[in-house]
This record gives sequence, C-alpha cells and structure tokens, in this order.
Amino acid sequence: MFVVSPLILLALAALVGGGGSAWLFRRAAGAETTIRLLPWSFLNERREDGLTAFGAALGGSAAIVGALIFLGPLNFCPFALDDDGQADSLNVLMGMILFVVGALLVHTLVMRLALRWLRKERLLGALETRPGLFRGPSAWLIATVFLAPTIGILGIFLYYPMFDTFLLSTKLARLGAPRTRFVCMRNFNQLLSDADYGRTVLVSFFLAVLIVLFSLSLSLLIAQMVYRPMKGGRIYRTLLVWPYALSPVIAGIVFQLLFHNTAGVLNHMIDTLFGFKIDWLLRPDIAPWTVVLASTWNIMGFCILFYIAGLQNVPQDLLEAAAIDGANAFQRFFRITFPLLSPITFFLVVTTTTYAFFDSYGLIDFLTAGGPVEATTTMMYEVFEVGVEARNLGSAAARSLLLFTVVIGVTIMQFRFSQGRVTYGN
Amino acid sequence: MATELIRQPVVERRKRPWHKRIPERWYAHVILIVAIIIMGFPVYYAGVVATQTNTQVFNYQLTPSKYLSRNWDLVVNQRQLPRFMLNSVIVAVVMTTGKAILSLLAGMAFVFFRIPGKWLVFGFVLITLMMPTEVMAIALFRLVGIQLQWGGYQAMIVPFIASATATFLFRQHFASIPSELSEAAQIDGANPLQFLWKVLIPISWNAIAALFVIQFLYAWNQYLWPLMVVQETALKPVQVGLRTLVSGTETGDSFGPLMLGAVMASIPPLLVFIFLQKQFMSGFALTRDK
Repeated sequence: MFVVSPLILLALAALVGGGGSAWLFRRAAGAETTIRLLPWSFLNERREDGLTAFGAALGGSAAIVGALIFLGPLNFCPFALDDDGQADSLNVLMGMILFVVGALLVHTLVMRLALRWLRKERLLGALETRPGLFRGPSAWLIATVFLAPTIGILGIFLYYPMFDTFLLSTKLARLGAPRTRFVCMRNFNQLLSDADYGRTVLVSFFLAVLIVLFSLSLSLLIAQMVYRPMKGGRIYRTLLVWPYALSPVIAGIVFQLLFHNTAGVLNHMIDTLFGFKIDWLLRPDIAPWTVVLASTWNIMGFCILFYIAGLQNVPQDLLEAAAIDGANAFQRFFRITFPLLSPITFFLVVTTTTYAFFDSYGLIDFLTAGGPVEATTTMMYEVFEVGVEARNLGSAAARSLLLFTVVIGVTIMQFRFSQGRVTYGN
Repeated sequence: MATELIRQPVVERRKRPWHKRIPERWYAHVILIVAIIIMGFPVYYAGVVATQTNTQVFNYQLTPSKYLSRNWDLVVNQRQLPRFMLNSVIVAVVMTTGKAILSLLAGMAFVFFRIPGKWLVFGFVLITLMMPTEVMAIALFRLVGIQLQWGGYQAMIVPFIASATATFLFRQHFASIPSELSEAAQIDGANPLQFLWKVLIPISWNAIAALFVIQFLYAWNQYLWPLMVVQETALKPVQVGLRTLVSGTETGDSFGPLMLGAVMASIPPLLVFIFLQKQFMSGFALTRDK
C-alpha cells in the first residue's frame, strides 16, 4: 500500500516533463530556421505541431525514466505505508526529493542533447569536425582498443562502486557479514535525526570555509609581494611553496609535535613570552582552529604558486594607466587585479574545498584523530569510522552519499562559474 | 614603477648615503623572510627533534642533538621504513606510468579518430570527474578488498590506473596540436600507430612530464585507501607505515623516530616538486581550461 500510487507519480512526471519540453520545442521551432527535419515525415507536415508532439513524447518519457532511476530499484518504498497503515512523513519527503531530482536530472540531460541535435550542432563541438581524423574500420578497431582499458577500469572501479554505494545505503549491512537486509531509507532517516551527524556536517563546512578563506587571502598577500622581478625572487618563491609537496599525513605529524599539550614547543614559547598556554588539541572549541592552521600551512604553497602565475599575467600597462588616472593602490587592487584573478581564485576555491573535505583526512587522523569529543570529525572521517571501524556498511554508504551531494554542489558551482561569469583577462 | 627598471650607474650607487642603499621594496623582503621562517619552522623543528631523545623534546631543546644514529637505527633497521618507502616508490611509479599510457591512448582516440558515438563515450568519462574515489571508498573496499581479495600492490594501483583528469589533460594537449599534422601524416600514408609513435609521443613529452609530476605527488601522498585495503605490513606504503612509529618504542623515544620518518618520507616528493615545478604548473594549466 502506498501513500501516493506510483502510477500517479509517473503520470505527474510525464505530464510536467512532456509539457515543459513541448513548450521548449515549440519555442525553438518558432525561433530558429536551421532546425533539423524530423526523421518521421508525418511529423513534419506542420513543422511546429510535429516538433511540439515530438518534444512532448520525448520529455514525457525522459521524466518517467528519470523518476524511475532512483525509485524503481527502491520499489517506491519511501511512499509505502507500514503495517499499521501509517506513513512516515520523513520517508515521503525523501521519496519526493528522489523523485524530483531523478526526473529533473534525466529530463535536463535528454533535453540538452535533443536540442543540440535538432539544431544540427555537433555533440562534441569542434573536435568532431577537425580535419585529418583517422576513419574507417581499422581506425575504429584501434580507437576501441585505445579506449577499452580506460572505460573498463572506470566502469569496474568507479561506476560499479558508485552503484553499490546506492544499494548499500538502503541496506542493513555489516562488514564481514554475508547477509544483508533491505531497510529502505532508514539509514538516511537515522542520520537526519542524529544531532551528532548534524554537528559533523557543521564541522566539515566550518573547516572548509576557514581553510579556503585563510589560505587564499594569505597566499594572495604573499604572492603580491613576490611576483615582481626582485633580488632572490626565485629562491623566495621556492622557499614559500614547498610545504605543498608534503602530504597531509606529514603535516599532521609535524603539527602534532608542535602543538603537543606537554611537549609542544609552541606553548613553551607562548608561555615564556606571555605567561599563558593554549590547549591546542585538548579543547573542542580550539582544536578545529588548530586543524585549520595546519591545513592552511599545508595547502598555501599551492595557492601561492597559482597566484604568482596569475599576477604575472595581469597587464602592467592597465595598472599604470589606472595609477596615472589617480587610482590608489587599494583601488587598483580591488578594481583591476582582483577581478582579473577571479578565474584563478575560483580554481583555488574548488581545489582548497576538495582538500578540506577529502585530503584533510590524513592530517586530522594524525593531529587530533577526530577529537576532542568529535570536534574535528569531518564527514569523510566519519565515513571511515562508521564503515571500517564500526563495520556498519549501510550507514557509511548513506554518509558517503550525503558527502557526494557536496561534491555535486562544488561541481555545479564549477560549471556555472566557468561559463563566462568570470573575467578571463584577455 | 618604470623607474625600477632603469639601472643606476654603479659609481653613483657607491656615493649614495647608507639609507638610500636599502632596496626600494625592503618591506617586501622583510615580510617574505618572516613568512619563510614561520612556514619553515615546523619542519626545521621536526628535523631537530629527529636527532633528540624524548627527554630533550620535553625540555624544548631547539638545537640538534647527537641521537640521530639511535633514531636512525630504530627507524631504518627495526621498523623498516625503507621497505615502506620502496613500496611507495613502486606504487607511485607503476601507477603514474600506467596512467600516462592509458590516458594518452584514450586522449588520442578522443581527438584524432572519427568514431560513431564518441560523445557518449566522452560523457561516460566526463561524468567520473564528479565521482571522487573517497566517496565510494566503502563500496570500493567491498569490491577490491573482500570480493577480489586484493591486498597488495594491485589493490593500490589497478583501481586508480585510469583517470578522467589525466585523459582530459591529453585531450586538451592534443586538441591544441594543429590538425595539419595528422592530415600530413595521413597523406604520407602513416597509420594511427605510426602517427602515435613517430609524431604524437615525441611532441608530447612536456605533457607527459606534467602528468608525471602531478600524479607522482598524488600517488605518494595517498593515505586513506592504502590504510583500508593493505593488510600485510610488508606491503604498506610509507604514509601508512609511519603509523608504526607512533606507538612507544624500545628506547622509550616516540618523537624522534617519528619525526625522522616524516622527514625521510618527505624527501622524494619534495625533490620532484622543487625540480619539476614548471611541469607541475603546466599540467594544471592544461586541465583547467582551453
């Protein structure tokens, strides 16, 4: 028994998806003259109507397929009523989210491709129309052989585990136990009502935001000093960027020594100079800052390297012209240099965020081991703790998928911003 | 700004009073030197502690001591750090080489061949950019560690030997090669393999070197995955092997040996990074955008 019948949901998807695409196609047909003829002649008798019908059919089926990609394997269980005939509202909400996200995903993808195809655009752009391509059966064979290993490895070791993560997240599964049980969305439900998990998410974002802010602003400041030709410039640059080559693990080890609560030399210095000590690794409100400090130290070299390259590409005549017009150093920086650097800043935001969410694992493991009282346990750290140490695969998979939404967010941001919103110099 | 570039005659410089002889942007030098000292201190101190006993560490001694050989004996002979480092070298070199070969071939197929459904294959590779291995580490472990029962080099290398970023690096690099080159090769009757061997590889060494630097650092610094999947101590890479130095040791020293290990494990990536910085940068420039 279901709260909403799956058939009604699918009909809704078909209606909305079909309607939307019909409108899109009709508009495209009216606006553009270069649109491709449809392969079925009866649809072309009145072109606009034909395209509208074609769009409706395509969009409707895309939305149905999309709605089914998540809910199909789950057998629509989020909408199921339990034995007492009660519905879990949290379950239904998550079911709706899966429904909408799946439908939107497939629908958008199909529409994009279909419109490109209709406009007679090549799906890969210039690379398909390049002259001098190898063609014919033998080229075919060679290309297949060239691509097969990459496709195979990605399929087996990336796509399959992705798929398995989805499956696992709906199961009660333990590491080492052969039997699993299907529990629908229970792993997710537990996470959503778990205050500890909420704190883990907060900690991850807190660390990411601070690491990005600190490392980018400090490295821009340093790069600003060193990018111009100066005495010993090369030596300075090398001495500033090398910490990036050290792994997060090494950074964790070194800083653990520095901040150690009894042997830490930093506290000794502070104590001699100012007469107090800081519990770098022992206090839950300070430990995250210690992690930020160590991470910033580790990743800053990378940012400096790229900011130097970026600053060297800022046209000097532009800055000189502004100076002649009476712009002071601050105005020149914020009105000219910084906007011109935005693609690099953006690239660095993405890289540093990735570092904070994923690579910082090794650093945290050696520096604080997620403590004190889980104050530095990030989402990634918890996936490992729950999945491997506590052997709860199902919950770990659910956590992985929530972490995955962060990745998707960053990726979407990346695409959005790289499509012309950022100033690209010349 | 332009005046900086005009060289003053040497004679005149001698005559100037002392305060004019200070470099024009002296404050930049001061700030940079302070920054370098602050950034270098953690590793300097780690190097110093590598020569000390625990007692000296707890006395906050900031100068090198004479116990390096004792720590060395523990790290090298008893805990076998060189063995872990050798594992890391093997994994990093094999993974990097394999990745270079596979992605070069795939990149070539994407740019120089006309094959039906290329966009579909391309999309298949493109989407994996959104799937970091960390996210599916749990499921990957179930596949590699439990179903396939891999626990050594192959577990560390094979799943990562193909990558979308590396494929795109070569795709971008090849796309920037004028198409006349492959046209001319075809007119001269070269088949794709000859074109690859005689033309493409010789002009791609820069891109290959760039890929090598980035991937070597990536492979050397990997931690989470080997920690999960490698069970046998003798096969662990150095980042994981360092954990064996954390626990208390026979001599009672914990800090010295650990720091010595950390310094030793840092030398290979540091050398690669410092000497091949240009290649490192150009690799990112290639993958970033057209």
